[in-house]
Amino acid sequence: MRVYLDNGATTKTDPRVVQEMMPYFTEMYGNTASLHSFGQEAKEAVEKARGFIASFINAQPDEIVFTSGGTESDNIAIQGVARALSTKGKHIITSKIEHPAVLEVCKHLEKEGYEVTYLNVDKHGLVNLEQLEKSIRKDTILVSIMFANNEIGTIQPIKDIGEICRKHGVYFHTDAVQALGKVPVDVKEMKIDLLSGSAHKIHGPKGVGLLYVRKGVKLAPIILGGGHEQGLRSGTTNTPGIVGFAKALELSKEPNNMLELRDRIINELLKIPETILNGHPTQRLPNNVNVCFKYIEGEAILLHLDQAGIAVSTGSACSSLKLQPSHVLTAIGLPPEIAHGSIRITLSKFTTEQEVDYFINNIKRIVHNLRELSPFWKNR
Amino acid sequence: MPMYSKKVMEHFTHPRNMGKPKEYDAVGKVGNPVCGDVMYIYIKVKENRIVDIGFETMGCAAAIATSSMVTELAKGKTLEEAMKITRDDVAESLEGLPPIKMHCSNLAADGLRAAIMNYKKKREKEQDKTT
Ligand SMILES: Cc1ncc(COP(=O)(O)O)c(C=O)c1O
Repeated sequence: MRVYLDNGATTKTDPRVVQEMMPYFTEMYGNTASLHSFGQEAKEAVEKARGFIASFINAQPDEIVFTSGGTESDNIAIQGVARALSTKGKHIITSKIEHPAVLEVCKHLEKEGYEVTYLNVDKHGLVNLEQLEKSIRKDTILVSIMFANNEIGTIQPIKDIGEICRKHGVYFHTDAVQALGKVPVDVKEMKIDLLSGSAHKIHGPKGVGLLYVRKGVKLAPIILGGGHEQGLRSGTTNTPGIVGFAKALELSKEPNNMLELRDRIINELLKIPETILNGHPTQRLPNNVNVCFKYIEGEAILLHLDQAGIAVSTGSACSSLKLQPSHVLTAIGLPPEIAHGSIRITLSKFTTEQEVDYFINNIKRIVHNLRELSPFWKNR
Repeated sequence: MPMYSKKVMEHFTHPRNMGKPKEYDAVGKVGNPVCGDVMYIYIKVKENRIVDIGFETMGCAAAIATSSMVTELAKGKTLEEAMKITRDDVAESLEGLPPIKMHCSNLAADGLRAAIMNYKKKREKEQDKTT
């Protein structure tokens, strides 16, 4: 049996998405910038997808910029604001638990003379709204706080953050790569100025993303060329990818039982002694479980699960190239020796009850065996 | 995630000499829980020879495989022979380790040596008492 429980990393492309994309590889393969009918039929498909995606998040079609993925969207948003508003100020606020696509951009800007405030999070991974508001200064040009965390699944109070930013006249960017298609996203109601999304996390194709840019928001382009996507993302339009992205979002509205299966996994894992649930108990993604098993190490758990055909991920230092435990687990206050034993299980709409049962049986056996081998288990 | 050799995976999934032996004369403890790898190597010695050996390890696949391998290499050896087992011997017997694992997870040879040193110290004390 092969069981894929690493949908936070990427997902299976839904066969119906592939089917929708196929004609745009082999028949309607024109360049959307071309005036002939080949180009125009491709353009029509892209604009239809743009309209659908815009309405999905309550935006206007011309507020959607297609990109090559979440990483590029984050870069265009943060670097774009930084370059466009550098005369107004050079202060950016973000959190300690952002994806590297945000954190590394911020670190890079620091080297160029920008100042970045990295907000702490509490033990559940939530930012403190008071601390956020107090951090806003006259020269603050951007707040970038992720919608939902990719490791621990915690969902931030996005609407409250949006209101604070709007009140102070500061742009608000949110990395919604893990949230889009899983929890409701309404850019107007939540007062979001910039939002990043990615297709491959929701059964769409890899290499397609979007950036919502509220009308009036100033961005300096970082990718120069033919001026596609209102000059914000030059490069020949990825017609099949964009069509697939829209289809994936459409299908994300189908009912699923992820929430029920997630809670079943959480309940079963917490029956294993000395096990900690990471992230928020309720304000979390419907497909995310993240736990630490004390006295054992995550890479060993992962590889034993892999032997049984089960795919998960870990925040253990031993599995990272830097040999440091995950920055997210560190930020929520886990000491390194506990963070080492972390496992992330991320479900999808394709996950079945049988798969969940198979996983639960195997993880119980593996945790037991590794603890029998651990010098700390019997002497705890 | 590093790629492991077949031999590492074999020792990781089927560790030899697992656990604390019923009887042992000395233990060597190495590693640090903060780094994620800790090994306890237990030895039972008879007439200067390691007649039984076992290990307890918390750590990644490399840490478990190297612990298993060092016990296999040391079993039946005299203390002098066992003292000569190096980290490189362990890694070689496992058909290599990913470079990143050579440093932090390849502690088993150190653990074995610590156990032998502890055994020798214990013997010296006992001899002091009898003389
Ligand atoms: C929160 C978050 N942001 C950004 C990304 C990067 O997205 P992409 O893989 O589409 O570049 C990911 C996925 O790895 C993510 O989980």
